[in-house]
Amino acid sequence: MVLMFIAMAVTVLAEELKPVQAPVAGIQTAAPAQATQAPTGEALSPHGGPGTRLRVREAGYPLAGGALLKEGMTQAPMNDNGPKGLNVHSPHSGREGEAPTALLKEGATQASMNDNGPKGLNVHSPHSGREGETLAAMPTEGATQAPLIDTGDTAWVLISSALVLLMTPGLAFFYGGMTGRKNVLGILMQCFTILCVISIQWVLFGYSLSFAPGNSFWGSLEWAGLKDVGFGPFKDYAATIPHQLFMVFQMMFAIITPALMIGAFAERMKFSAFLMFMVLWATFVYDPVCHWVWGIGGWLKGLGALDFAGGTVVHINAGAAALMVAVFIGTRKGGGHKAILPHNLPFTILGTALLWFGWFGFNAGSSLGANGLAVNAFVVTNTAAAAAGLSWALIDWIFNEKPTMLGMATGAVAGLVAITPAAGYVSAPSAIIIGVIVSILCYIAVTLIKPKFGYDDALDVFGVHCIGGVWGALATGLFASKAVNPAGADGLFFGNPKLFLVQLIATCITLAYSFVMSLVIYKIIDTAIGVRVKEKDELMGLDLTQHHENAYTIIE
Amino acid sequence: MKLIIAIIKPDRLEAVKQELYKADVNLITVNEVLGHGRQMGVTEVYRGIKEMGNLLRKIRLEIAVNENFVEPTINAVIKGAQTGNIGDGKIFVLDLVECIRIRTEERGGTAIG
Repeated sequence: MVLMFIAMAVTVLAEELKPVQAPVAGIQTAAPAQATQAPTGEALSPHGGPGTRLRVREAGYPLAGGALLKEGMTQAPMNDNGPKGLNVHSPHSGREGEAPTALLKEGATQASMNDNGPKGLNVHSPHSGREGETLAAMPTEGATQAPLIDTGDTAWVLISSALVLLMTPGLAFFYGGMTGRKNVLGILMQCFTILCVISIQWVLFGYSLSFAPGNSFWGSLEWAGLKDVGFGPFKDYAATIPHQLFMVFQMMFAIITPALMIGAFAERMKFSAFLMFMVLWATFVYDPVCHWVWGIGGWLKGLGALDFAGGTVVHINAGAAALMVAVFIGTRKGGGHKAILPHNLPFTILGTALLWFGWFGFNAGSSLGANGLAVNAFVVTNTAAAAAGLSWALIDWIFNEKPTMLGMATGAVAGLVAITPAAGYVSAPSAIIIGVIVSILCYIAVTLIKPKFGYDDALDVFGVHCIGGVWGALATGLFASKAVNPAGADGLFFGNPKLFLVQLIATCITLAYSFVMSLVIYKIIDTAIGVRVKEKDELMGLDLTQHHENAYTIIE
Repeated sequence: MKLIIAIIKPDRLEAVKQELYKADVNLITVNEVLGHGRQMGVTEVYRGIKEMGNLLRKIRLEIAVNENFVEPTINAVIKGAQTGNIGDGKIFVLDLVECIRIRTEERGGTAIG
């Protein structure tokens, strides 16, 4: 199993960082010079600018290879793990490090080729003991000043980031299938727009506002433009992976959160207003709340609130804002249907599947390491989704005669939402209870509460994400157990009522803040440019009127 | 016997259906069609290339009725579909020569209802 994992990590890293193969070759043939022929440019990781490339290609590897040759040579070729040991040299980390002098001497011959040379070295990772014997010599050489990157953790979080990214297009299909044919592109476009816009916002200042050291309300602009967000680890957030990897993992969360809201105001928001709303919302709602819960000095974090993967930050936050917008933008015109009339349920199911798949990155990735905690999160995520999917289908069967596909899919998503804050703190049996109950609560919200109040939360963002998120946050206060995660806390059912109270406070505060701020932002934009499309445009559909495109042809 | 064909805006279908139910007309056939009348078409742009004046989506209703239901049906469609804007659609009334219910092989007026 371990071997398989290592093999996977190697493949992934090799994919991500093609040049890694060069030093392997160099070592096996005992000819470090070969590394200078390493694949260049395009093959390299997207992180590296030309400067990085140069260092990686000409300096870091030959030098690292040289060190290995001298220190670890005897073992490397004999051991089939040998070459794998090499991916402990991560080109990411090289940049900021000081030159470890011991290695400078060791590798002086190669280093003389390039003045940047020695910097490649503090990338040696002790690799959490696993390959410790094989590579024992290396860390002792350079380890004194070296930040410790764990390649297993790094590989897992890299994969997880990609998994979470896939959730946003997944969500687009989940929602897109549920809308009418004339609005499906509008939904897909909004999801993709958020993907593009927040990716940029996050790099420019979003990450800094959320995570840079600041006050207890939000971060600062210290890390704007990713200044000082480098390839070494930042211990307060993730001690074993590059800081920039933590940043990009968090970016995916910042992207999907506003995207969740789209379902609430589907089929009637002006694209320009939508764009403004999302940028302002991400900056003034998501970034602060994210800082409160996860940032250094965040005040909800200080309170002791547990939120493993974003129940409050992501789901409650987005769900509450979604309700606000749905209430104030008003009900959809035309058709006069009460129910959602999905134009393509298979899209919705495809989207659900992508969400479920991506959620493993969302939750298990939030352990920020390839470890037992990640496994726990993985298992409870799957368990809760399954329990909730079944539960909703069963409710449908009992109350509406037949189990429905949309019901099961909705239940599964609700289960995923509910387990999100709890994933790192609860056991699998608790996950079943959390999953079964979330479907009941969300079903009530969607079928009883929504019609009673008459707000048009078109695709039930509030009913599923906010209600599910609130239940998840409270369930964490009930079911959390130190037996699962010693770094967590015990919940009410494990003898600690205080946690439940803290969870409740954190939930209410997030709800209140998101309600108020979303409303303020909504009103500002409504006053400035108007949020809703013209009735004529709404009836014709957003695809044609907002984007001049048609999703489907009737006659070619 | 008459065959009433109505071309309406897609978003008026639900309202028209409700009006027809009120007039006790329950048997209708609905089609999605494309057409354009005198109003502007739509602009579509794909990779920068404009497609102008495309056809608009419409709903086509076919309703076969006995003589005494002709006026109520027409009124119901008008009530449901009229917005006063260009593009509300049209109603055509045709003579219907024969009508046969497949299940029972009934013919004429009894087959229609």
